[in-house]
Amino acid sequence: MWVYGESRDGQPTPVTLELVSQASASGDATVVFLGAGAAGAAAVAGEYGAAHALVDENPVYDQYLALPAVDALASLVAARQPDLLLFATTYDSRDVASRLAARLGCGVVSNATGIEAVDGGYRVLTPWGSETVAVCEVTGGGTAIVLARPKAFTATHTGGSCAVEQFTGQPGAGAQAVQIVETVEEVAEGPSLADAKVVVSGGRGLGKPENFTLIEELADLLGGATGATRAVVDAGWRPYAEQVGQTGVTVKPDVYLAWGISGAIQHLAGMKNAKAIVAVNRDPDAPLLRNADLGVVGDALKILPQLIDEVKRRRNG
Amino acid sequence: MRIVVCVKQVPDPNAGVARIDPGTKRLVRDGVPNILDPGVEVALEAALQLAEAGGDNTVTALAMGPESATEALRRALAMGAHEAALVTDPGLAGSDTLGTARALAAAIKQVGFDLVVCATESTDGYSGMVPGMVAELLGVPHLSFIRQLSATGDAITAQRVTAHGYQTLRCALPALVAIASGSHEPRYPALRGIMAAKRKQIATYDLAALGLGAADAGEAGARERVLALQPAEQRSAGAVIEDDGTAAARIADFLQQRGVL
Amino acid sequence: MLDFFAVESLLTPEQIAIRDTVREFVDGEVLPGIREWWDNYTFPLHLKNTIGELGLFGANLPEEYGCAGVDNVAYGLIQYELERGDSGLRSFTSVQGSLVMYPIYAYGSEAQKRRYLPELAAGRLVGCFGLTESDGGSDPGAMRTRARKDGDGWVLNGAKMWITNSPIADIAIVWAKDDENVVRGFIVPTGTPGFSAPEITSKMSMRASITGEIVLADCRVGPEALLPGVAGLKGPLGCLTQARYGIAWGALGALEAVYTTARDYAATRTTFGKPIAARQLVQDKLVRMVTDHSLGLLLAHQLGALKDAKRMTFTQVSLAKRNNVRVALNGARLAREILGGNGITTEYPVIRHMLNLETVDTYEGTHDIHTLIVGRDITGEGALE
Repeated sequence: MWVYGESRDGQPTPVTLELVSQASASGDATVVFLGAGAAGAAAVAGEYGAAHALVDENPVYDQYLALPAVDALASLVAARQPDLLLFATTYDSRDVASRLAARLGCGVVSNATGIEAVDGGYRVLTPWGSETVAVCEVTGGGTAIVLARPKAFTATHTGGSCAVEQFTGQPGAGAQAVQIVETVEEVAEGPSLADAKVVVSGGRGLGKPENFTLIEELADLLGGATGATRAVVDAGWRPYAEQVGQTGVTVKPDVYLAWGISGAIQHLAGMKNAKAIVAVNRDPDAPLLRNADLGVVGDALKILPQLIDEVKRRRNG
Repeated sequence: MRIVVCVKQVPDPNAGVARIDPGTKRLVRDGVPNILDPGVEVALEAALQLAEAGGDNTVTALAMGPESATEALRRALAMGAHEAALVTDPGLAGSDTLGTARALAAAIKQVGFDLVVCATESTDGYSGMVPGMVAELLGVPHLSFIRQLSATGDAITAQRVTAHGYQTLRCALPALVAIASGSHEPRYPALRGIMAAKRKQIATYDLAALGLGAADAGEAGARERVLALQPAEQRSAGAVIEDDGTAAARIADFLQQRGVL
Repeated sequence: MLDFFAVESLLTPEQIAIRDTVREFVDGEVLPGIREWWDNYTFPLHLKNTIGELGLFGANLPEEYGCAGVDNVAYGLIQYELERGDSGLRSFTSVQGSLVMYPIYAYGSEAQKRRYLPELAAGRLVGCFGLTESDGGSDPGAMRTRARKDGDGWVLNGAKMWITNSPIADIAIVWAKDDENVVRGFIVPTGTPGFSAPEITSKMSMRASITGEIVLADCRVGPEALLPGVAGLKGPLGCLTQARYGIAWGALGALEAVYTTARDYAATRTTFGKPIAARQLVQDKLVRMVTDHSLGLLLAHQLGALKDAKRMTFTQVSLAKRNNVRVALNGARLAREILGGNGITTEYPVIRHMLNLETVDTYEGTHDIHTLIVGRDITGEGALE
């Protein structure tokens, strides 16, 4: 099993280490890192279970989107034919995986939350709705591409090391078609949504975008991050960066507070592994209430200001 | 500029919980109203704004699906698309992402394009694989998670959402862009658009017209096979209370128990 | 749409699409703000551009004048959906379409049509309709407003009352008697010297709609202001038939809003261990509401079919307006009861619709006036005169 690794400043991303640990659980895992700092990232991946690493430090992978990585992976996969190539469901990996699958004609399973090795092949688990999990296999031979969700697996530090092999990817000239004119990092205030201990989220039930000031205020008081549903992001009320769900951010906070969120499948997929869930909704049939440790049937807009006052009172008193 | 927008009809995500037929292992579509995918509406809005920004542009809405998908195309026309085309063939049922991408790419070639505009992912399938696959099959670059788009001559400039901010990208046409959800506010179809849509013909393509065989798309060509469906792990249910004025205090108690207050 | 008798099966795909687009507009742009606007006595004037872009002003007038050219059933569905949001919003578009654009279209010169209709259709101009006077709206023939011939133009004097949109209007259609005592219509730009439109600020109904007076003090207009195509009361009455047609549909939208609120409330509100929806007296109220809605919708649809076939009579319009508004008002009162104390706060839409419908029951021909119009028609005996 191979893992396509993502790194940032020479460090593997958390989800990369999750995938490496998972892949190593079912045999020899090989991780591929591309771009500046690839070898350093590979060494860290070794500590999380990778047995082999293929690295190419050519900076072209950092300078152009997706295409150079697709070229490099296509020749590697064609030459070495892994059974399965594992990607994270992230902005960048999704672009690489989709093009690679089309180029090589690979079978694809996306949004995976589980992988099991079974007699010479793999079974992949992927959620279908909030109540069903599909057990899938990729047929037709060749390398299967699987995209796994962040936080679906646990990164385990084994303290091992891996054999690092340098290769030269030779991306084609066409791989430089998309020019990155500028990269801007937007510094968000407070903890990042993915790592926050408390997440306060709002949905359509809040009625209008202005009411999210209450969500922000409560998140601020609790030292948490603000989240939103896809419906709210689709409606343009909140930025995409706040979207919690199957697409968007997967969170695993100590407490997840959901206000006016009914609990569509898409949203549950991103937050149902929170350690505790508090949900407030006017509709007693809202699916999220059934998943909550504390569910309140009531008006979010009435209770939110009361809770803000209560939190302030208990803090000061 | 010829702009082709990939359009999908999906079960209304706000119409309740989606069900899966245990026999066919496909999404149950009966009895659930079908609508134009809300994410596609955002992509179409981006395409229409680009087309309206100047120049001689046409926007073609292209869908793949059963005959009933013409309703989604009519809505796209009513919103302002100039033309519409439908890829429909009984052999397409059960297509996986690559089969879908093959059919769409073949149809896009027939329609002719300078720019293909997609949603980042569909609201029912969520795989987000199709845009990149279509681009690869068309042999053009693709720009994903785009929240701002403009065209100058034969090139586009786009702002791409990243995990930590954004990137500004430039790329020569032809190309494909996948629009981030929520980045554009889709217009309501105007009455004149609805009336004009009624008068427009929708071109259709079947597999033969696209030069595709059974192994390229549909169930026969699909590589992902569902072996079984099993119940998802459910969280154990906690307490559900009705707000009698004390809910805020109860929540505050809970937060204290959990050590976050 | 509340549709117990599958009226949708009688609709064309375009009628359904038009209804849906207006429904989405109301859900997205009107319902989130309407409570605040109503409470604060403000009209959401910012919506006029979107309403114009959608093509809802004078939607049943021809495309050559910048209108949408839809049929009358589609036009009715538009009024239905708008009034599901608020009667004030429906009134705003009704006045613009039926009482300002329609007379210009039906009685205006080609030059007047070309000058005004596209601007009104787009919402770049807002119009109002000055017929009613303070001495009694039910007898427009007794109007006191005069139009005195002066050279090639006219000098208008008098006062109009209960005029929707007048304080925000760019033009007013003013009806006045000429030197021969014949009622004539004029397009009066509201900036004309001698024209003023003070707002009425004490309404407990239609609070998200602007109502005012029109005061004409030696207001001089040129010959181009006269609507040349009509003389006599049939001019304004022809406009009212158009507006009443829209109201017959619109009131049912308000009824849907109060019914669905009451039904949902009854399903979740429990007393003595059961949801109140399980109580016979509550079910009776809900069934009366849904029956009235069903009958009214079938009536409105048939009225539209007759209008499209050019067979609709004004008496039929009177019957439909009279019935549908009154059942909506009664339904709103029942819903108010079901909601108990919550029925009197604007947190729920019920009391707002109920109070609005008191106006709708009165304007464009009161309930009683329509009774007498229909009564005269079926007995041959005029009780109005």
